[in-house]
Parts: sequence; structure tokens; C-alpha cells
Amino acid sequence: MNQQNKSVLKAGWEMVLGLEIHVRLDTESKLFSGAKASYGAEANAQVSFLDAALPGTLPVFNEKALAYAIRFGLSVDAAIAPVTAFARKNYFYPDLPKGYQISQMDKPIVGKGQIEIETEAGKKTVEITRAHLEEDAGKSIHDKYDQFTAIDLNRAGTPLIEVVSEPQMSSAKEAVAYMKAIYTRVTHLGICDGNLQEGSFRCDANVSVRKMGDETLGTRAEIKNLNSFRFIEKAINHEAKRQVKLIESGGQVVQETRLYDADKDQTRSMRSKENANDYRYFPDPDLLPIVVTQEMIEAQRALLPEFPEAKMARYTQAWQIKTDDAEIIAFDQALSAYFEQAQGLTQAKADLNAKFLLGEYAALLNAMESKISQSPISAADYAGLLDELAKGSISRKIAKQVVENMWQSGDTAAVIIDSQGLAQISDASALAALVDEVIASNPSQVESYRAGNDKMFNFFVGQIMKQTKGQANPVQTKDLLEEKLK
Amino acid sequence: MIQLSIREMAAMLRAKQISVAELSSLFFDRARAFNQQTNALTKVCCDISADQLIQAETMLAQEGHVLAGIPLAHKDLFCTQGLRTTCGSNMLKAFIPPYDATVVSNLKSQGMITVAKANMDEFAMGSSNEHSAFGAVNNPWDLTRVPGGSSGGSAAAVAARMVPVATATDTGGSIRQPAALCGITGIKPSYGRVSRHGMVAFASSLDQGGVMAASADDCALVLSAMCGHDALDSTSHVDAQWSWQLPESNSMKGKKVGVVTDWIDGLKDEAIKQSTLEAIQTLKDQGAEVIDIQLPHAHLAVAAYYVIAPAECSSNLSRFDGVRYGHRSEDCRDLEQLYVNSRTEGFGEEVKRRIMVGTWALSSGYYDAYYLKAQKVRRLISQDFAAAFKQVDVIAAPVSPEVAFKHGEKSEGVSMYQADVFTIPASLAGLPCLSMPVKPAHGLPVGLQLMGNYFDEQSILSMAHQFQQVTAWHQAMPEAFL
Repeated sequence: MNQQNKSVLKAGWEMVLGLEIHVRLDTESKLFSGAKASYGAEANAQVSFLDAALPGTLPVFNEKALAYAIRFGLSVDAAIAPVTAFARKNYFYPDLPKGYQISQMDKPIVGKGQIEIETEAGKKTVEITRAHLEEDAGKSIHDKYDQFTAIDLNRAGTPLIEVVSEPQMSSAKEAVAYMKAIYTRVTHLGICDGNLQEGSFRCDANVSVRKMGDETLGTRAEIKNLNSFRFIEKAINHEAKRQVKLIESGGQVVQETRLYDADKDQTRSMRSKENANDYRYFPDPDLLPIVVTQEMIEAQRALLPEFPEAKMARYTQAWQIKTDDAEIIAFDQALSAYFEQAQGLTQAKADLNAKFLLGEYAALLNAMESKISQSPISAADYAGLLDELAKGSISRKIAKQVVENMWQSGDTAAVIIDSQGLAQISDASALAALVDEVIASNPSQVESYRAGNDKMFNFFVGQIMKQTKGQANPVQTKDLLEEKLK
Repeated sequence: MIQLSIREMAAMLRAKQISVAELSSLFFDRARAFNQQTNALTKVCCDISADQLIQAETMLAQEGHVLAGIPLAHKDLFCTQGLRTTCGSNMLKAFIPPYDATVVSNLKSQGMITVAKANMDEFAMGSSNEHSAFGAVNNPWDLTRVPGGSSGGSAAAVAARMVPVATATDTGGSIRQPAALCGITGIKPSYGRVSRHGMVAFASSLDQGGVMAASADDCALVLSAMCGHDALDSTSHVDAQWSWQLPESNSMKGKKVGVVTDWIDGLKDEAIKQSTLEAIQTLKDQGAEVIDIQLPHAHLAVAAYYVIAPAECSSNLSRFDGVRYGHRSEDCRDLEQLYVNSRTEGFGEEVKRRIMVGTWALSSGYYDAYYLKAQKVRRLISQDFAAAFKQVDVIAAPVSPEVAFKHGEKSEGVSMYQADVFTIPASLAGLPCLSMPVKPAHGLPVGLQLMGNYFDEQSILSMAHQFQQVTAWHQAMPEAFL
């Protein structure tokens, strides 16, 4: 039990959380029909005869979705089923055209797996129970017409994987950390566009509470359809507190489905177990079981990327980058790709690369309201700039000017430095002459410094920078001044 | 003309002794004229459509398209683009599909002419064709009797030669039993041979499209054109393409025919028993070796079937909810009422009964005891057949324990379900099987069932064809329709 939890629930209580995350797979077509699966089209523009459940239509399985599910399974060290099968989940709802959802029951594609999350108490492993493929339902739109509910079937049949965790999280913060860890996986795997607003990644949270030390789980309530990291934390905390209050006042938690109202920050009952559907699962006779071959699995394994945690470890250990910097870069796919590409081409140390990228370069991106993926500066050109910095031919301050200039002009750093005479003065004899001259022409300041006024040192540095328009190599300047002012 | 085989009609078309339009209108006229007595058809087309005529003429101009210009009826659960497809139900009484079933388009592409849609038991559930929202179908041999079901319309239409051939479907006997009761030939192919795409589902793991005609040769020619792998049906077999080879002689020498003695001994109707034994004797006379076999679990088939088929049907028919198409109740103030009233009004009694049975069998707590157990029985029955086909090439059996019964004679439900006792085992095993006419009993048609090994349609059709070369039962027609 960590600090966070204690501050949320009354002393003596703990919460137990399990998540079911729905990940929409980023495939061209739907799970069982050839209709486009993309988001945002005009209502009912992406509906095949099958999606509308016309009599006589039959599902034809989308192999890409299976490949994506396998890839996900491998990324969480899960067992991939040698034979996987679809089942029907039967219930009536207007946006469920067939009267059943094609899902998976006893032969899910992904079996037991695990993922590591960061908690305030350190690293923690959360076990994944299973992940299965299923089709999404359509959308009921209740607020468009006064008397009617409108149905949009564009979403009907789009492919999802539902990732089910064990009830192993004990705070809303942990739940969010777990959700983020899965989010990072699926977006880095290239199987989900990660768009939270569009519902590409959403989650149901199973929340129960129990007295500290109790072994058995309390009765759980399920909070449906949470699609923001912020809301899930608030919703879970709210629900757990509601349950504690209920129990302490002598009541009982009933197993039910609840909806979270973000505006009011409260959950309300959607349906209780008594009137819950009996889904009458049975194997879908329209779809034969699928044999998953070792070749199919290996093909997906070959496509697994390096995940941010591993990347971060490599950055900090092999490249000696500060942990904070390594984390920022490693978790941003585009940034880390750019960073690593440049690193492969430059003589500069990775630490300098990271600092400049997250410092001056990031500031430039910010000013331009742009992203690294849209930068007009190629990673190779950026590597050239890093080389100039590493050689000492320009300072960080000049480098900031140069990178801005590169953005505007498209020229390389070398060309800009040369044409604008920005190279640092690193010529020892030239600098030495300049230092002599400054000392000779400021006798009273020299006297003051030598009398113990250390602050006067910066006066001399300033004089030299002024005369060289900032191009004097600062390290050499400092060394020379120290020597000659002794 | 109406008693000619498909090959004979094709020869006349090719020789320009008759035109496609003339042949079609001959059957259009018969279909219209006899539908009042038989009620075999839910829809008779007014005319041959231009595109079908062009297709037929084009195919005829080329060699080797024996089906070009041959009229047919489709059972009214094959979706026909622009042509109402009712499934014999009020639920779909106004449903006009926007696409053709694969079976329909396959036969269209061979130049066959759609003359009519055939009546049927509602959603293919029934063995008497009394469960149709469009009225019961009458058996052309005796209009007071049922034609069998569920493909009773297809069978009656062929028996009265309102069409020379009709498509049909068989889930537990829906082709074979009406074929037997109407004195025609009908084949249910192996599961996976014919695409189910566009065939409105009753029980997906059992439904199979097939064909009914006067003779085995006619059936085989049409089946060759209907079958084939279909990417739109995941249960369609990749090697489903098949082409009928006429047997070289009438000799069955070297062929082993298995007979389940218990089944024949158990027949209560002596006349049917005699017809069956005589037909088996004819096979023997043609050189076949007859061997006694056992199907130890077959007696469990009806019970297993009436769990599996309703279970699948309860789910398959969920889409008829009044929301997107089909019957919608006028009397609905909320969603619950929309569902309940639309389905209550749209479905007939037998369909409702099976939906309820199936829903119950799949319910939490009952699934293992019923659905799962039924699937285990199904596997045992398949294993029985696999063992039998190690010994024999074909299994001969009765089709129906009785001849066509009178309308209203049977109470609904279980007593009716027993009519399927000989047809269901092969359905559960997904095997090809046919019914062909043998000597009548009580003045009414009797069929003999031939069951083959998986994907061995050739053996049962060859044997039926050879039988029909030395017998004339399949050529008999009810006098009123000559």
C-alpha cells in the first residue's frame, strides 16, 4: 500500500483494480468485411451488406487483425494460442446489427502475459489474463433527433483487441500507469493510432474495495468506457470512495455496470447483475477455428520494435545520457528515431546531442509550432551541426542561431558558419594576443582582481567576448585569462 | 417437352428446335397455372429478364454449356437481387435483396433462367411445408397431403414440372424428405461444397444448398455449376469445385453398399419396407455388394440435432429485430416493444418454438449439458460414419419412415421431428446424401437415401444414375399435371 492510496481512501481500506482495455486496430478494412475501418466518415458511408447484417451475408476474417493481435501478444511476453476461434456474444441492441457480437471466448488469440509498470513504490509487474479479438458495435446517437435515436454503423465491425488484466492494481495511479504502458506498446507496435478522442483506446475498470489484510476480493463494479487518462483516475477514485462509504454505512456493493460522468465527477448505475444479459456465448459456426503457425508468429516477432523502457536503459547506460533526458527521448517515437539517426552520423557525444535536442532545438520547434517529424532539417544536417559544436568551432549560443538559420534557409551548418563568419576563435596565439591587450588596457580592473575581487574575472571574459562578437572559444579564453592574470 | 431431361432440352435449344424464350414461357405458364393447386411458389416471374436472355443466348452460342437457357426456381431463401426473398416468413414479406446469393449468380452465369421463387417452411424450419406465411404447399400426387419440408415448394414444383429443376437447402433432411415424398431426386452435397453466401441462415453448421430435379443426372449437372470455393463463405471448402462424370455403364460391380439393417427392420410401414428392400435388391442385381453396417450412435442424432440447430437458429435469427429491414411492428412505444412486437408478429409458431429452445439450450448453466453434449454426440456420429466408409462406398437407407401425410395430420413439435430420423445423421456428419424415387407405397412416392463419404458426391450420384437407367420411378409424374 503506497502513500497515494492512503490519501485517497480512508485508513484501513484498499482498492483492487483490474482493467479491460479496448484497442482499436489500425487496419484498412473491418474485422469481417471489406468496408473501410477509418474514423470520421459521413454517417453510414462505410457499411457493407455484412455490417448491416443483411440476411445471407457471412463474415470473412481479416488476417491483418490476427497479425496485429499476435504482435501485441509477443510484446507482452504472452503465449500465442496455436488454435484460436471466434464465438458469438448474443444480445439485442439497435447498434448491434446481427444481434450478436463476434468475439472470442475460450480460445483467445493471446494468453497469459505481463507488463512492467512504474509506480511510486518502484517497478511492478502486472499480469495480463488474456487478449482477444472482437468486432466493435455501431454508434447510437441519442441527441441528434428529438424523438428518435440515430444509428451510425461506420464503426460496426471495426477490429478491436480487448486486453484483460488480472486484478492486481491497488491505486488509480497504478491503473493509469498500466494503461499508459499498454498504450505505449500498442502505439509503438504500429497497430493502433492511439487517438483517445476518437475512441481508439478506451477502457473499462473493475473496481472493488476491501479491508486491509483481507484475502478475498470485494464485490466489484465495472466502470464503462473511459477514454482519458485523467478521467480514469478520477473515476476510479470516486468509485472506490463511494464503495467504502456505502459499506461503512451498512450497505452492500452490488455487482453492476456504472458510467462515469466527467462533468459531475460521479458514477451512476447503468445496469445491475440481475438484469444483466446472459450473452449465450457459443462458437461462431460461420468461422472455422484458425491454426496459428510458428511462421505467422515469427513473422510478427521480426516486426517488434525496441520499446521505450529498453531504449531508455540503452541511452542511460551505453550513452551516459541523463535519466530525465533519456526518458523524454525514448518515449517519443519520432524524437528517438531522429536522435538515434543523428547520433549515428556525428562525432559529438550522445549527451550533447540529447541536451541540444531537448534544449535549443526543442525551443525552436516550439517557436515554429512544429514537431520533429515535420522538421525541414534532416537528421544528417543536424548531425553536421553537432559536429561543429563538438569540434568547438561554435558555441551553444551560436549553435542556436545556426539551427534557426538552417530551419529557414535549408543550408548546412558548415555553410552557414562559413558564410557568416560565425566560427569561434580557437586560435591560441590570436586569443593570447587579445587577452594581453585587454589586460594592458584595463590596469585598474587587473589590480582589483589581483587584490582578491574574483568577480572581476567575468569583466575580462565579457571584454573579450565583446571584441570577438562572442566567437572566442570560452574554455580557451578562460584558461588564458586565468594564466595571464595570475 | 416437360418430361425431357436437361440434356435433352439442351440439345433442342442447341438445335434451335426451341428458343430460350419459348422454353421459359412454357414453364412460366405451367408455374402460373399450377400454383393455385400446389402453392409451390411464392413468386412467379412475369417474364424472362433481358440480361438473363442475353446470357443464355451467349452461352448457347458457345459449346459445352448444357445449362444455358434451362429454367429453374430458387428456394425462397436464396437472395435474388431485386427479387423478393421471403424465407416463407412475414418477417421478410417485403424484403428485396440488393445482391445475389453465390448459388444464384453461379447458375445465372451458366445461362440458367430464374422462373420463380419456391415456397418453403418458414426459415427452413419444418418437415411438412405447412409452416409458411404464404400458406401450406400441396403435394402434386395428392393435394390433400403435404409435400414434406422444408424445401416442399421446390419439391412440389419439380414434381408437377412447373420447373424442370429447383435449388433447395437441407439442414436436417429438407431436400431429401420432400424429394422422397414428391417422387423426385434431390441431393444435399457435402458441407462446404456449395457456398452459403446469400443463403439465409437457419443453422450455419448444418445448412447446405443443393438441388432437386427429376433425375440424378439433372441434379448432378446443376450441382456441378452451383458448387465451388467462395471467398465470401469461410466455411466453403477450398477444393469445393467438382464436375460430374457420367458413369460408363450401368454396372455397380466392385461397389460396396452398406445397409443399416436396424433402420430397415424398424420401419413400421410394411409397404415402405418392401420398396426399400426391392430397391436394394436392384442395386445388388446391378452388381453391387451389399454389406450390413452399424451406426451405433445414430439413434442419438435427432436429439443432438434439435439442440444444435435451434441453438444456431436462435442466434442467426437475432438480426430480424425490426430495426433495419424486415417486419417492424406499428405498435411500439419503446425499444423493448419494437423488438418484442416485431418478432412476435413477424415470426410463425415453429420459428418461435425453435428460437426459444435454442436460446434456452445456450443459456448460462445449460450450455454444457445441452449444446456441448450435443456437439460431442455429433462427433461420435461422424466417427461412426468414418468407420463405416472404411468398409463401404455408399450407404443405402430409407429417407422417411412414412409416405406423405395429410395436412394437419401431425401435431406440431416432437412427433414431426421424428420424421427426420433417417436424414439427420448424415447432416450432422456433413456428408453428401441424396434421395431418389423407388417403388411407390400406398400409391404415393417413396425415396431411397444414398449417403456418401465426405466430398464423394460422385459415388452416390453415379449409383443413383445407374439405378435410374434400369428403373423408371423417377420418370413417373402425377397425372393431374401431365
